Amino acid sequence: MDGKCSAQGWVYSALAEVCRRGPAAKATRDEVSTMLNTLLPILIFTALALAAIGAVRRMRLWRQGRPSPVNLLKGLAAMPRRYLVDLHHVVGRDKMISNTHVATAGGFVAAAVLMILVHGLGIANPLLGGLLLLASTSMFVGSLFVARRRLNPPARLSKGPWMRLPKSLMAFSLGVFLVTLPTVGLLPDGLLEGSGSWLLALVLAGVVAWGLGEMFFGMTWGGPMKHAFAGALHLAFHRRAERFSTKKGGGGRSTGLKALNLNDEAAPLGVEKPADFTWNQLLGFDACVQCGRCEAVCPAFAAGQPLNPKKLIQDMVVGMAGGSDAGYAGSPHPSQGIGGKPVGEHAGSPHGPIVALEGKTLVDADTLWSCTTCRACVEECPMMIEHVDAIVDMRRHLTLERGKTPNKGAEVLDNLIATDNPGGFDPGSRLNWAADLNLPLMADIKQVDVLLWLGDGAFDMRNQRTLRALIKVLRAAEVDFAVLGAEERDSGDVARRLGDEATFQSLAKRNIATLAQYRFLQIVTCDPHSFHVLGNEYGELGGHYEVRHHSTFIAELYDAGRLTFAPWKGGRVTYHDPCYLGRYNGEYEAPRNVLKALGIEVKEMERSGSRSRCCGGGGGAPITDIPGKQRIPDMRMNDIKESGAELVAVGCPQCAAMLEGVVDASAEVRDIAELAADALVERPAGDASGGSRRPAATTMTAEEVIV
Amino acid sequence: MPRNVKSLNGAGFSVSVLVSVGRHPLTARARRADHDARAVEMALSLNDASVQLIHAGDNDTASEEALRGYLGMGVSGVKRIEQASNADVVPALTNILRFAAPQLVLTGTRAETGEGSGLVPYLLAESLGWTVVSGLAEIESIEQGVATVLQALPRGKRRRLQVRLPAIATVDSSAPAARQSAFGPARRGELTDCAYASVIDELQTQWHIQPARKRPKRLKIVKSASARDRFKAAAAKADSGGGQLLSDVTPEQGAEAIFTLLKEEGVLR
Repeated sequence: MDGKCSAQGWVYSALAEVCRRGPAAKATRDEVSTMLNTLLPILIFTALALAAIGAVRRMRLWRQGRPSPVNLLKGLAAMPRRYLVDLHHVVGRDKMISNTHVATAGGFVAAAVLMILVHGLGIANPLLGGLLLLASTSMFVGSLFVARRRLNPPARLSKGPWMRLPKSLMAFSLGVFLVTLPTVGLLPDGLLEGSGSWLLALVLAGVVAWGLGEMFFGMTWGGPMKHAFAGALHLAFHRRAERFSTKKGGGGRSTGLKALNLNDEAAPLGVEKPADFTWNQLLGFDACVQCGRCEAVCPAFAAGQPLNPKKLIQDMVVGMAGGSDAGYAGSPHPSQGIGGKPVGEHAGSPHGPIVALEGKTLVDADTLWSCTTCRACVEECPMMIEHVDAIVDMRRHLTLERGKTPNKGAEVLDNLIATDNPGGFDPGSRLNWAADLNLPLMADIKQVDVLLWLGDGAFDMRNQRTLRALIKVLRAAEVDFAVLGAEERDSGDVARRLGDEATFQSLAKRNIATLAQYRFLQIVTCDPHSFHVLGNEYGELGGHYEVRHHSTFIAELYDAGRLTFAPWKGGRVTYHDPCYLGRYNGEYEAPRNVLKALGIEVKEMERSGSRSRCCGGGGGAPITDIPGKQRIPDMRMNDIKESGAELVAVGCPQCAAMLEGVVDASAEVRDIAELAADALVERPAGDASGGSRRPAATTMTAEEVIV
Repeated sequence: MPRNVKSLNGAGFSVSVLVSVGRHPLTARARRADHDARAVEMALSLNDASVQLIHAGDNDTASEEALRGYLGMGVSGVKRIEQASNADVVPALTNILRFAAPQLVLTGTRAETGEGSGLVPYLLAESLGWTVVSGLAEIESIEQGVATVLQALPRGKRRRLQVRLPAIATVDSSAPAARQSAFGPARRGELTDCAYASVIDELQTQWHIQPARKRPKRLKIVKSASARDRFKAAAAKADSGGGQLLSDVTPEQGAEAIFTLLKEEGVLR
C-alpha cells in the first residue's frame, strides 16, 4: 500500500514525459489520437507489469503459510463455477448489491480484456470497440450504485480507501468509455480540435491512469480491488473444496473442523503466528472485501464482546504482511466501557506471535475466546472465508501450547480428561435420571435400530426432562432403541472448540471404539453438538455413522404414521434454530415440520433459518465467559419477544439452558421433544397395523425387545 | 503471584518439587496429584528459581501420563527414580536430595495413592536434618537463606513463619490452584530416569489392605424453632473446645503436655 503512491507518481511522470514529447503547439485531431494511441498502450502495459510484480509479491506473502494439499489445476478449473454459482448464491441474498456487483465486476472484466485488445494491442476493430463501450457503460452504471451505497454507508462497511473505490470505478469506466469513442468513430466533430484538445486528451489519459492505478495496480498492491485477485484464487484453492456445489449437484456444506495430526511431533499444535496458517488460509484472509456482513451477524460483536470477525480477518492480513492495524478503517473490536479497542495499538509480523505472552501484539486472547463458533459469519461471508477455522486454530495454540484456556476452561478440560464429561460428574451416574425408565443398554442387547445418544445433557436436570420426553415419544412410536449408558462419553465438542484437540481425539477414539462393538442403523440424539461431531467430525478419525437429530427422527416417525398428536391449544410459538443443527447441518425443515404436525403455526423471528442468531452457548463461550455489554441469550430472548411468541421451541440442550437463563423472559422455553411428548395421543389399538403407517425401512426388531 | 527471590551469593535459587502420581477421586484415573501440582505451581511462581521435579515410584504408562501432567505446566523435565511398588521411597529421595542439594523442597501434604500417610516429608527432613514446614499457603520472600512463608491454619487463618533454608515444605489445598497443564509442553518434556535400588518397605508388606468402608454419619439434631438458629447450627464449624495454647515453654514441657493429651484421648495406653 505504501508503494502505491510512488508508483502512481511514476505513472504520472511517464505520462508527463509522453506529453512533453507530443506537440507543444496547436494539436490537431490526428495528433491527439496519435498521442492517445501512444499513451494508452504504455499506460496499460505499465499497469499490467506493475500488477504482475504486485501479484508475485502478494503470492510470496501467502506462501509464508504452511503447505496444504490442493489440486491447483482442478481448483482453477472449478473457479468460474464457484464464483458464478456459490459466491453469487451468497451475494444474491442482497439483490441490490448482487446486481450492482454483476454490472460492475462483469463490466470491468469485459472492459479490461477488451481494453487490452483494443487500446493495448491496437486492434481497433469497431465491433470490439462497441463491446468495450457496452462493458464500460455497464461498469459505470454499476459504479453509480456503488457510489450510492457509499453516500451514507452502514456502520458495517469499512471506510478509508474503500470510500474512493466508487470514484475509481467511475474513473476507469468513464475514461475507457471516452478513449474508446474515437475507435468506433463516435466522436463529435470538433471536440478534439482547438487549443484545448491536447489538454483534454491529457485529462482523459490521466483519468484512465487513475482507473488503471486502482483497478490493475491496486489489485495486487493491497488496494480495495485486492479482493478480486485474492478472492478469485481463494475460490480456486479453498481448503474446503467440498463446500462448493458441483455440476452433479450436492456438496455445499463442509462444517467439521479439520483434525490436527498429533502423531507428527514436528507439526505445530495450532496457530501461534500468521505463518502457521496454511497458505490457502492466508490467501482466504486476503480475499476479504470488508463488507462487514460478518460483523452484522456476529452475536459476540452485537453483545459488545471484544470480537469483530471482519477486524479479526484484517488483523490476520496485517500479520501476514507485517505492520500495525492503523490503516484499518472499519468498526474495531468492541471493548468494555469504551466504544471499541483503539486501532493502531496492535501490530504483528508473519513470524511473530499473534497473541502476546505479555502486552499486545496482533490480537488479544479475549477476542478469540469471544467466538461462539455459531458460523453466522462464515454463512454470511460472500468471499467464503472460514473465520471459525481460523479462530479454533489460534485457540488450539493457546490451549495446547500455552495452557491458557480462560476462566472455567481449564477446569472443564481437566474434567473431560478425568471423568469424560465437562461437569466432572461420576461417569457411572450418567443414567441416574432414568433409573425408573428401564432403558435398554447396548451392552446387553448388542444390536438395535436406533442408538440413542444422550449427550452430556444427561447430567443436567433441565435436559433430563427433554430426554424423558424423547423417550416417551420413542416408546409411543415403538422404536427399537437402546442407550450406551455409562459407556457413553462426551462427544468432544467442547474440548475441540476450546482448542484441546488432544482431549477431543482421545474422547472421539474411545467413543468410536465403543460404538464399533455394537450394531445399529442410526444414532439419534437431542444434542445438535453431539450430532455434528458424531456425524461430521468423527469421520476423519474413522467413525462413520448415520446420525439424526431427534427433530428429524420425530418428523420421520410422524410421516410414517407412527405418532399421533393432539391439536395444539397453547399460545403463539416461535422456533429458535440451533446453530449446530441449522448452519452446521442444514436442518431447518424437520423441526418446523414437527411443529406443524403438532398443529403449531410458527411465528418466525426476524432472524431465523440460516440467519438465526446464536443463543450464546456454543464454542465453549459460556465456559470462557468473556464479558460484554450485554448477554447473547438476552438479545435472543428479545428477538423472541419481538416475534410476539409466548413459547419458544428449541432443539438443543445448550439453547434451552441459555434461553432459560434469561431473567424476566417473555417466553417459555420448551424442547421440541417435550412439545411432542405432551401432545401424544394413544393410537387406537386397531390402527397399529393399518392406516397411513408404512412399514419402516429398518428391520423391525422392536418386538424382541421388552422394555 | 511471582515472588522475588534473592538467593544467597547471587547464585540461582534452586527448588526441588517432589511429585507423585495422583488418582482421581471419582474415576481412579492416574493424574497429577492435586497437592503436588499446587507445590509445582508455587515453585514456578518463584521468580528466577530453577525448578526441578523429582518422582520416585512405579514406571508404567499410566504413571508416565500423570507425570506428563506436571510437565505440561511448563517444566522441562522430571527426574524419575524407578522404585518397586512396595518400596519405601524415602531412601531414594534422601539420596537424590542430598546429591542435588536444593535450598527448598516443596511437596504435597500427602499422596493420593499408596499409603498416603503424609509422612514422607517428615522422614526426609529427619534423615537430611532439615527443617520441615507443613501447610504452606504462600512464600512471601526468600532472603539471605531465610524464607518468609505463610502457613495455613484452620478456618482461613494464616501464620507468618521465618524458615532457615534448606527446608522441606508441604503444600495443601490452601495454596493457589495449579495452572493448566498444556498438551504441547507435556509431550515435549523429558522424563530422565535415575537408578536407585528399591528398599522394600518390610513393615508395609505385613499390612493387610482393604477398601475403606463408608461409615454412617451421625445426624445433627437441631432442636430450635427459629430459622436463624437452624441456619447457625447448619453453618457452624466444629468447635475446638478444651484445647490449650502453649507458648514459651521448654521442649520438655511441650512434650509432657502432648503426652498427657494423648493419654487422655486414649491414643497411648
